[in-house]
Amino acid sequence: MTERALKARPRNRVIVNKTIAPYLFLVPFALFFVAFLIVPLIYAFDISLYKKAMVGGVKFVGADNYIKAFADPKFWEGVGVLFKFAFLQIPIMVATALLFALILDSGVVWAKAFFRISFFIPYAVPAVIATLIWSYLYGPAYGPIGQTARFLGYEAPDFVSPEWILGSIANIAQWQYMGYNMIIYFAALQAIPTDLEEASVVDGASAFAFATRIKLPMIVPTIIVTVVFSIIGSLQLFTEPFLIQNMARSVINSNFTPNIYAYNLTFVGQQPNYAAAISFLLGGVIAVVSYVFMLVVNRRNDR
Amino acid sequence: MSIVGKSATSAKFRRNRWLLTAILSLYFIYTFMPLFYVITAATKSNQDLFSTFGLWLAEDFQLWENLKTLFTIQDGIFLKWMANTAYYSSVSAIGAALFATFAGYAFAKYSFFGKKLMLALVLGAVMIPQTALVIPMFLMLSNLGLTNTSLAVILPSLVFPPGVFLMWAYIDDAISNELIEAGRVDGAGEFHIFSSIAFRMLMPGFATVLILAFVASWNNYFLPLVMLIKPDMFPITVGLAQLYSTAISGTGGVLLFTVVMTGALVSIVPVIAAFLLMQRFWQGGLGAGGVKA
Repeated sequence: MTERALKARPRNRVIVNKTIAPYLFLVPFALFFVAFLIVPLIYAFDISLYKKAMVGGVKFVGADNYIKAFADPKFWEGVGVLFKFAFLQIPIMVATALLFALILDSGVVWAKAFFRISFFIPYAVPAVIATLIWSYLYGPAYGPIGQTARFLGYEAPDFVSPEWILGSIANIAQWQYMGYNMIIYFAALQAIPTDLEEASVVDGASAFAFATRIKLPMIVPTIIVTVVFSIIGSLQLFTEPFLIQNMARSVINSNFTPNIYAYNLTFVGQQPNYAAAISFLLGGVIAVVSYVFMLVVNRRNDR
Repeated sequence: MSIVGKSATSAKFRRNRWLLTAILSLYFIYTFMPLFYVITAATKSNQDLFSTFGLWLAEDFQLWENLKTLFTIQDGIFLKWMANTAYYSSVSAIGAALFATFAGYAFAKYSFFGKKLMLALVLGAVMIPQTALVIPMFLMLSNLGLTNTSLAVILPSLVFPPGVFLMWAYIDDAISNELIEAGRVDGAGEFHIFSSIAFRMLMPGFATVLILAFVASWNNYFLPLVMLIKPDMFPITVGLAQLYSTAISGTGGVLLFTVVMTGALVSIVPVIAAFLLMQRFWQGGLGAGGVKA
């Protein structure tokens, strides 16, 4: 009996399987990851070292494209726009998402499920369609905001003027992604054990103090992760300004954001080599900003 | 707690409840307003779109006419866009969710050489700007003659790093190591354990990743914009954006203004419906990812 049981448990085979199995599970993802991520990156890096020659084909120029990009005001203007955009959009979005998550978590309000779900709905709307809808809303003639202003005797506000354009784009992002962040914060708040709540109510802490002093600090790691993803997303801004360009040619130029710049360099300017250098430089900026943010936040947390 | 104190608390509680519900209601109006505008705009004639108030219906109810125009312009190309979107997104989502599940399972339930490096690579991938990937991909695929095919849109979408992280977090929580160990003791092979024990238990997480991958692919604009040239290959996002540029550039396209909004309405209704029906999955799954983070 014991002998049979031991035979039925071929220990060697199990150990071998446990060693190889994870790699086999990873094969499909890894294959595509290499083919559609690593290889294109290597290819992009490779072409970024070349330049179209005046006569016949391309020639190797080393870091020339990068040196040119580093000194290119068109690139840095775009980065400046992204920074302004991120500083405007992310704090407002995170603050409202947190506020609403805390309100919903506190259970004080009516129709909690209704609010939670309806705030999330815009996330299901593609960025292209959200931008189209808001472009209509911003329209001076057919947009209800301009119509209301004129009805009240004011001039219709110009949402795509140089002063307002970033706010108008930030508003689209707020509309689309606030609910997504709220749901994540809400889930994190709900995961905090309830006996903690009872303990602090016995202590006489008010609901507000409980929410801000005890619950909020506990979801800080979650907040940091969502902010990092928002930073990465903001710095890749493309779709919204690319479409709004249709109604604001003079405000959104061909290098409004670095991604738009790279797109135009490739498909309009026929300079894919230089575009590749611009993209890499943007990737570098994103990595540095994300890293610095984590560094600052972690240092503050350690204190 | 005295009775007086209790009633004072509940008076304050009631006041807070009114105040906070009012704040949420205001934000609800903001969230709902654009969606309501799509509905009113889709029911108007082009003339009324300019001459009547945007947030109310016009007397002349033009929804059916607009739908007819939408589905008949350029020989019914909008229907083609819808079919393309459904095809690209469903194939991408199923493939991406399966790959992410296998990879997430490997990261959650095994320790192996190179694990940390691979995780770092997958995480770092999130930071790469779209242009840095899609433009070289376009140049490579055009050398292979693969641009302007459905594969050019589907294959890159099978790589979905957020799905890997979500499945990793989900599987880590949902499937205990003891269970897998018990399977091993019974002599079951690793793949048998995965397919007969683990897969059923990770279904909710799988469903979440499926939805998120579907949304990601459905939302994607840059990839199909770069890869596809022929309008009858476009997904809705690229097609509608093109219709809009035609409408706004005024090259005989004024007629298209309400049609663009009708197209927006037709394409968001099914996805919003799907979200409402499947809320159990995304709510649970997003939570798992967030808490783990």
